[in-house]
Amino acid sequence: MGTNRLIFPAAGFAAAMGLTAGLALAATPADQQKRFENEARAEGSGFGGFSAQRGEALFKATHGGEWSCASCHTANPVVPGKHAKTGKPIAPLAPAANAERFTDAAAVDKSFRRNCNDVLGRACNAQEKGDVLQYLMSLK
Amino acid sequence: MDTKRRWTLDIAAWVIGLLASMVLIAHEAMASGRLATPPNAQWKTECGSCHIAYPPRLLPAQAWHRMMSQLDKHFGTDASLDPAAAAEIGAYLERYAGSSRRAQPAAGGLRITETAWFIHEHGEIPPATWKHAAVRSAANCAACHTAAEQGDFRKRNLRIPK
Repeated sequence: MGTNRLIFPAAGFAAAMGLTAGLALAATPADQQKRFENEARAEGSGFGGFSAQRGEALFKATHGGEWSCASCHTANPVVPGKHAKTGKPIAPLAPAANAERFTDAAAVDKSFRRNCNDVLGRACNAQEKGDVLQYLMSLK
Repeated sequence: MDTKRRWTLDIAAWVIGLLASMVLIAHEAMASGRLATPPNAQWKTECGSCHIAYPPRLLPAQAWHRMMSQLDKHFGTDASLDPAAAAEIGAYLERYAGSSRRAQPAAGGLRITETAWFIHEHGEIPPATWKHAAVRSAANCAACHTAAEQGDFRKRNLRIPK
């Protein structure tokens, strides 16, 4: 009885810490995809799933501008890329080749915000982001 | 009266001397190529993600200030940051900014390569070197300054690709 008094709060504390750490650290590409799905459903009518094919097309097109996503990330995103302007090496984008990719929601959002603006001249919607991620997750 | 005046003169001399040595030290740092500043993780990560994190001393505070206020249009790309990161990095850059007039880019510009200091230091570099496949851009410090990532631009670590 006396020990339980100590053990329960301790166990509860440990579980809470584990959960917090889990939320902060263990985001996976699938978690990001789930987030984009929720956003896409909220954004508009009739979410019909994400498509790797649509994502690949978006990734490789220049959208009327100078650059595509592939300009820096290469047309084969399991290999390292290179910044189109500065030449600085860029680690592979596909999760299969780089376990750090799509594990930090803030970093994911920052990159999509900037890079969609550079490539498409506008923000990407959740459907487009999910399509691109679907494509990147399909690469082995 | 006389002593008071001498005191004032003494203090003025000290202040001027101190200011002059600060300017000289800054100059010396630029000329010797030791441009490292106390580390700042946000600066290193964010400024160093598309190019090397350029040393704060290479531009004056007001140029950094202007640059940080237009990150969404950063030399043709969107380099925007969340406000907290931008504020921290901006303060860091301004704190360690260059104080020399030679760190001032040509009228209205923000490019380090357009400062009197940069032009002077790189005057002997032939045009072919800038076009070299391993260099490509004057923004690519590390192509020749092999320890640029560590803020070390000293001649001893200079390797110009042939």
